[in-house]
Amino acid sequence: MSITLPGNATIPAATADDHVATSHSFRHLALDFCRRQPFGAFGMAIVLVMAIAGLSAELIAPYSPTANDFAAMTEAPSWTHWLGTDQFGRDLLSRIIYGARTALIVGLTSSFVGGFSGLVLGVASAYFGGRIDMVFNRIFDVVMAFPLIIMALAVVSIFGTGVQNVIIAITIPLIPRCARVVRASALPIREVAYVDAARACGYSHARIILRHMVPNVMAPFLIMLTAFVGQAILAEASLSYLGLGVQEPVPAWGLMLQGGAEEYASTAPWIAIFPGVAIMLTVFGFSIFGDALRDALDPKLRDR
Amino acid sequence: MYRYIAKRVFLVIPTLFGAAVLVFALMRLIPGDICVVRLGSGGGTFDPRAVAVCHHEIGLDKPIWLQFLNFVWGFCHGDFGISMWSGKPVVTEIAARLPISLEIALLATAVAVSIAIPLGTISALKQNTWIDYVVRTIAIGGIATPSFWLGIISILVVLDVTGAVFGQPWMPPIDYVPIWKDPIRNLSMAILPAVTVGYRYAAVSMRMTRSAMLEVMREDYIRTARAKGLIDKIIINRHALKNALLPVVTLLGIEFAFLIGGLVVTEQVFNLNGIGRLFVQAVQNQDYTLTQALVMLTVTVFVLCNLAVDLLYAWLDPRIRFA
Amino acid sequence: MRSNLLAAGVGAIFACAAAVLPARAEETPQRGGILTYMIPADAPPSLDGHREGTYATIHAVAPFYSVLMRVNPENPADTTHFTCDLCTSIPTPTDDGKTYTFKIRTGVTFHDGSPLSAEDVAASWHEIIFPRPGVLSARQNWYSVVDSVDASDATTVVFKLKYATSTFLPSLADPYAFIYPNKILSKDPHWFEQHVLGSGPFKFVSYDIGQEIKGERNPNYYHKSQPYLDGFIGIFADKQAVRVDAIRAGRAAMEFRGLPPAAINDLKQSLGDKFKVQTSDWNCGNLITPNARRKPFDDARVRKALLLAVDQWHGAPALSKIADVKTVGGIVFPGSPLAATKAELEKMAGFWPDIEKSRAEARRLLKEAGQENLHFELLNRNVDQPYKYVGTWLIDQWSKIGVTATQKVVPTGPWFQLMRSGDFDVVVEANCNSVVNPVLDTQKYLPHDVFVENYGGYSDPVEADIYNKMLHETDFTKQRVLMRAYETRVVDTEAHEFPMLWWLRAVPERSYVHGWKIGPSHYINQDLADVWLDKQ
Repeated sequence: MSITLPGNATIPAATADDHVATSHSFRHLALDFCRRQPFGAFGMAIVLVMAIAGLSAELIAPYSPTANDFAAMTEAPSWTHWLGTDQFGRDLLSRIIYGARTALIVGLTSSFVGGFSGLVLGVASAYFGGRIDMVFNRIFDVVMAFPLIIMALAVVSIFGTGVQNVIIAITIPLIPRCARVVRASALPIREVAYVDAARACGYSHARIILRHMVPNVMAPFLIMLTAFVGQAILAEASLSYLGLGVQEPVPAWGLMLQGGAEEYASTAPWIAIFPGVAIMLTVFGFSIFGDALRDALDPKLRDR
Repeated sequence: MYRYIAKRVFLVIPTLFGAAVLVFALMRLIPGDICVVRLGSGGGTFDPRAVAVCHHEIGLDKPIWLQFLNFVWGFCHGDFGISMWSGKPVVTEIAARLPISLEIALLATAVAVSIAIPLGTISALKQNTWIDYVVRTIAIGGIATPSFWLGIISILVVLDVTGAVFGQPWMPPIDYVPIWKDPIRNLSMAILPAVTVGYRYAAVSMRMTRSAMLEVMREDYIRTARAKGLIDKIIINRHALKNALLPVVTLLGIEFAFLIGGLVVTEQVFNLNGIGRLFVQAVQNQDYTLTQALVMLTVTVFVLCNLAVDLLYAWLDPRIRFA
Repeated sequence: MRSNLLAAGVGAIFACAAAVLPARAEETPQRGGILTYMIPADAPPSLDGHREGTYATIHAVAPFYSVLMRVNPENPADTTHFTCDLCTSIPTPTDDGKTYTFKIRTGVTFHDGSPLSAEDVAASWHEIIFPRPGVLSARQNWYSVVDSVDASDATTVVFKLKYATSTFLPSLADPYAFIYPNKILSKDPHWFEQHVLGSGPFKFVSYDIGQEIKGERNPNYYHKSQPYLDGFIGIFADKQAVRVDAIRAGRAAMEFRGLPPAAINDLKQSLGDKFKVQTSDWNCGNLITPNARRKPFDDARVRKALLLAVDQWHGAPALSKIADVKTVGGIVFPGSPLAATKAELEKMAGFWPDIEKSRAEARRLLKEAGQENLHFELLNRNVDQPYKYVGTWLIDQWSKIGVTATQKVVPTGPWFQLMRSGDFDVVVEANCNSVVNPVLDTQKYLPHDVFVENYGGYSDPVEADIYNKMLHETDFTKQRVLMRAYETRVVDTEAHEFPMLWWLRAVPERSYVHGWKIGPSHYINQDLADVWLDKQ
């Protein structure tokens, strides 16, 4: 059977013999993604390397990241210490590998907790509308307008420093940013008739929100999530630089940049350079990956 | 339209009130006492009676609800009280530090706009070519690089390069002079931080310009213009850029609002006597009045920027404009 | 005959050489020039020395004021001999050591031309010791021994004490004890918080809030020929990297607090012989305070184990390369005659020369107390040098006896609060004092019911008794014996608190700066009257 177009051109219809790629296996999707978005694939590769480093730190790190070695203080990169040592004699490569773990924990936890809270709040706000929407919007405004560093300073002053409190300090500002974007995407869905129909059928609020509205805002949400991870890692670095983040002797990239970076920048620059490069590469990876994801999911931006 | 404006302006009030409550509560939750820090942080011993005198001087011995009322009432008619740390009026403290922060913010915006819009446009027009990838790499580099790290490295590079080339290492001046008194000295102080901050700002704007341009280029009216035979250059300048600029301007406005608070780390790195550094000092000293005033200032700027953007969109959207 | 000629010849050669070779340390000071220096702090809360406790105030305004007596600027390291600023000589006490009569020099004027008399001196000291209601005197409790202070005539000030003590004279040399004009002080004691009017070597020019403070030479200064400088500029910069870069790039000549070894090396490397360093033991040291109100730190065995685990003798030289610590010492400033000798230290827990033996004992004590796998939180202050470095090192040391510790770092305000409320396990503290006053400086180790600023949460009447005897003891030898008893009780017997490494002060200067001599405290010798520049 063929299809006839105006002008009498014909297109042969597909037959069962034609091999049509209908398989949506994950492998196919991934390879397809790599082919179409080489840049994004590069980003994904960086992220994977970082994740592997973080997960298997005990196996691949040559030294303990916290053992002081006063015989080997501020040594330049050499065969015994590939990236050199810091002022306590600790191996920089090991600290960077273990630091990947800290960065992942902080980055993933804050962005996921912040992102999902923002998702629920944003969709709920769009769904309920009216007064509730107005109140939520005000709360989002207040938290967003509040300077991040000051909120972090306050959280740290009240609860002390440490991984948990850094995560709290970073998560809080992420929630309204996510909620705002999600809400903007969810508003049009709210107006669609089937939501009202679902209410008429007696479905609970929660069910409608979770089953019907949330899946439709997934695309912008996932894109934001990858951006959040990068921003969370940067925020941890900034907080550590101000002395508000993770504390010694926990290995974390931002912390490594804090004391060592400026004091030893002229005499032992490797202490400042390598952690900064690690942060840059990781955030770079997440950002490119997020960009590619957006390009892949958003039909309007695809090349014609 | 006017109903919309009125409603929108009215909604600013609960936001400001919410911020006031938040900062008031947050500051008082932090354990510690500014008087103890003032007298005891030298490490020497001090007299507890002195602490009591200090409390009375700065009004910490008043009941909490009275302190809050004074704060809110003061904000309503522009009286922010005196700084608990230095005893000078809060307005004086802030006014002394505002110029440099404002200057850096404006310079950074100028840097950002002058880089982002042309580069973002070119990147959009040459999508997926090597030019596009280069520009996108530069942009993502700007977002991925910790700005304080960039600042540290740039100071050091300048020191080392000038040391090697001229024999005497050069660093930007560390004392502020206003631009009308000594423009060269002023600009040589501001240029490194402005570029450091502007890079990130430019990066974000570049990406937005690129995606906005891409969206606009797909629009039907652009295809029509092309079909009509108009030259690409005219299409871009007359039709595409104007419409693409709207989300870009929005982003610039919102990012500018964040910029003021976000100068904190930059001012630490370059030792600029600005608002960001004052902010950190105020919170660390637990100077309630100063912190409260600074937060209200930041929140007000943020809220006004958002209001401006919302009103701009409302004016452009015929459904609201002609309602 | 021949040997005499030889001797004369040699003597002549030496004389010629001495005339030709460049003069050594005591060159003639040159006049002129402006000294630009960095002040390592944000702006001080106020400019009133009586009220404040931060060195930011001293570094900013000490050049504008005179004091009654002070540490010897020619030899600030001397902890026992003081010199006069406004007085004519240091008096010996009369009336069984309870009365000190000071003669004030004549011909001194304030910067507005009005004359300074004993009345101004007595009034300023009266405000410090017996502040009016509503007036803040930060160090009031140092002078609880004073019964009265008065000006008996235009050139005489008399201090009467309640009992004789050797701690009074050093406490009078307090660098914060600016002499204010009584005509302003009596009417408005708060005036000095934002304004400056003194009689010191420099006159106030301007103060840009949070930026810099400027002064110019006082031509009517009473120490003839001083000051040598035309003026000074003090620039506030909290961030160490900025200060180091400023000195490196020639924007400032020095700073007066002290830089850690890495920064000093950095400057040495880049400036070479255009740069010099003065070092001194610092009258500041860290101490570790376990909270005796919390289990298991109420058990002396646990506390002692923590002390025994730390290898101070080997840790100090290593840490001194990266942090501004150096000397291993007890509770007394190492440069003072009352301090313990090395042999005396080595008898106390925490100072044993054999660290393996020490750690074995520590493990044994922990086991006996049932705390083999002790885990706790070390509270620390959010300051790099040397607090956080010491904290990191200690955690590593404690891991060697199986104790795991994590660090809780908070800014200064909450740090004080948590200590005062007793909400910590073990805390890293510091004991910093300006003028070396060896007995008074060890007040920190007294139990809380005697000394309010002790945060260890313990009570020990025996210890308080030893201290009291020591305070009233006027014979030096006997006092030293009592000090050893006091120290042993605090550190070894009861392990209440442990002194942990005294700091090293390393002050950087460009080589054209002369005249200033370093002392054991960054609060003293800051009036810049003796500084001169060797113009290039």
